[in-house]
Amino acid sequence: MSERTERMPSQRQRPRTDSTVLSVDDLTVTIGTRRGPARAVAGVSWQVRQGETFALVGESGSGKSMTLLAATGLAPRAATVTGRVRLLDHELTALPDDRRRRLRGRHVGFVFQDPMTSLNPVLPVGRQVTEAAEEHLGLTRRAARDRAVELLELVGIPSAARRVDAYPHQFSGGMRQRVAIAMALACEPDLLIADEPTTALDVTTQAQIIELVADLQARLGTAVVWVTHDLGVVAGIADTVAVMYGGRIVEQGPVDGVFDTPTHQYTRALLAARPDPSRRGEDLVAIPGAPPSPLDLPPGCAFWPRCPVRADPRCEHELPPLTPVGDGHTVRTFYRGEAG
Amino acid sequence: MARFVLRRALQSAVVLIGVTLVVFLLLQLVPGDPVRVALGTRFDQETYDALRERAGLDQPLPVQYASYLGHALTGDLGVSFRTGQPVSQIVLERLPATLSLAVTAVLFALLVAFPLGIVAAVRSGSAVDHAARVFSQFGVSVPDFWMGIMGILLFAGVLGWLPPSGYVALTEDPGRWATHVALPAVTVGLVAASILTRFIRSSVLEVLSADYVRTAEAKGLRNRVVIVRHVLRNALIPVVTVVAVQLASLLGGVIVIEVLFAWPGIGRLTFDAVQARDYPVLQGAVLLVAALFLLVNLLVDILYARLDPRITVK
Repeated sequence: MSERTERMPSQRQRPRTDSTVLSVDDLTVTIGTRRGPARAVAGVSWQVRQGETFALVGESGSGKSMTLLAATGLAPRAATVTGRVRLLDHELTALPDDRRRRLRGRHVGFVFQDPMTSLNPVLPVGRQVTEAAEEHLGLTRRAARDRAVELLELVGIPSAARRVDAYPHQFSGGMRQRVAIAMALACEPDLLIADEPTTALDVTTQAQIIELVADLQARLGTAVVWVTHDLGVVAGIADTVAVMYGGRIVEQGPVDGVFDTPTHQYTRALLAARPDPSRRGEDLVAIPGAPPSPLDLPPGCAFWPRCPVRADPRCEHELPPLTPVGDGHTVRTFYRGEAG
Repeated sequence: MARFVLRRALQSAVVLIGVTLVVFLLLQLVPGDPVRVALGTRFDQETYDALRERAGLDQPLPVQYASYLGHALTGDLGVSFRTGQPVSQIVLERLPATLSLAVTAVLFALLVAFPLGIVAAVRSGSAVDHAARVFSQFGVSVPDFWMGIMGILLFAGVLGWLPPSGYVALTEDPGRWATHVALPAVTVGLVAASILTRFIRSSVLEVLSADYVRTAEAKGLRNRVVIVRHVLRNALIPVVTVVAVQLASLLGGVIVIEVLFAWPGIGRLTFDAVQARDYPVLQGAVLLVAALFLLVNLLVDILYARLDPRITVK
């Protein structure tokens, strides 16, 4: 992998040292459905700085993906999005669709969950990898093809020069996800959004993809937002983490702080639910109950119905504010009982 | 690719031979003795026997079939009971009329259905979408002969813009051919267009929600590029089949429409042959239609393999 390091073309100078690449402020997404408005995301704020990895964690339906889609202008038509989103020096939410589209394509790369469906089946992979560069960097078809080969080599596709004209179905799942990563990097983005990029892959391939992204990030200095429900991944790669539940952030902060002193009962339950090799043979720990419907959210903490502690009755009826509990570590709960 | 084409062509040939057998046997089951019919009122046993012998009808069935197939392979489909003309000549004479009607109708249908179906899907729920739904509902539920009659009444009767019926060969006078083909082609084409519009709309709609379309949008591509390069390229692959089936069925001749517009095509020929119990002509017409159907399907398979890289060509 290290020989390929030198192959990354034009290591662009990034003048913004330690600057914020994407900041999301009070983002709320409401989706109109036949059964009324569904509040998928409510008052979510976070940011990610250059070279940093921010992990957005939660169960399916907690609003992780919707937060990112809405922030980048990819929310479905039925969604109403409020709040402010800043990408580099641009206030995305204040821009017309067309400007937002171009900024997104130029500065943000996306890797989606399922590489079996996220690539166009009838377009050669090389073309898919660089069509964004053709659009946003004005690459010619010929230059784009050369660039596609470089990018495919960068992500570790063997004999890239030969494979550049192959179609997605001619690649394995892991290789397709590499193609998707190459695609996301085509415009040398400032931000890479990886939306559960390993969920659809088998375990060994997962590790390779995680390593690849971490390696590329170290080399390119890209900011990464990693959406996942896998806390093991978070511990390994993220700098900061936000745990979402029922469309809200319930706990947020540096990975060390959140993992060492998890304070929200949901975070604790999630950490407890991780498979532990030392407890082989025992049943896996699960969180009883199901996440709330975005059509019918509890008035207070959304986790209250499943909360194992229920120590502070205010949590049931009143929405706890995000309050600091440590260095950059905030929690949305009234309960401050014993930790661990 | 060449091997694929060859293999598919051979398969088509086998099917075609199967068709000849079915066509041959079917007519054995049809009530009514053709020779008797051909003789009409001038019946006498001697002529009857002579005719049967000349037509080979006194031979056992397998021999009759082998002889039929052997002749068919050399392009000899027998002679018409009615006119004594070679069947292959009669059938081929009718082909240009049907061909030009079918192709014009399909072109018309494509011209209407593509923009309508695509816009209806991309702007689903819009006024265009509703209009498209009303249009396709109308097209599939109103019988084509009724639309044809209304067309004749309006454009030939009230407005007097177009001739009510008749046929002029394209090679003879393209202008007059066009005025004659317009009404039947639009009549037939409207039905095809309504079916196609629906199909294109749902196919595009399905692809619009595909993950790879979201990927394309995430790349910040222009909307037009997303639609053309990512949505349509995928959505229109299955449409090819529907267009082909429609074209193939129109090549079989649209009997009612050809009769209504006095269009001397295969459909009209089939109609007349059935009425006259002119079995050799009927056999020839059915055989030609089957051959055209197989040909269109063969072409579609080849086109498919070119359009969809997932179809492996071995």
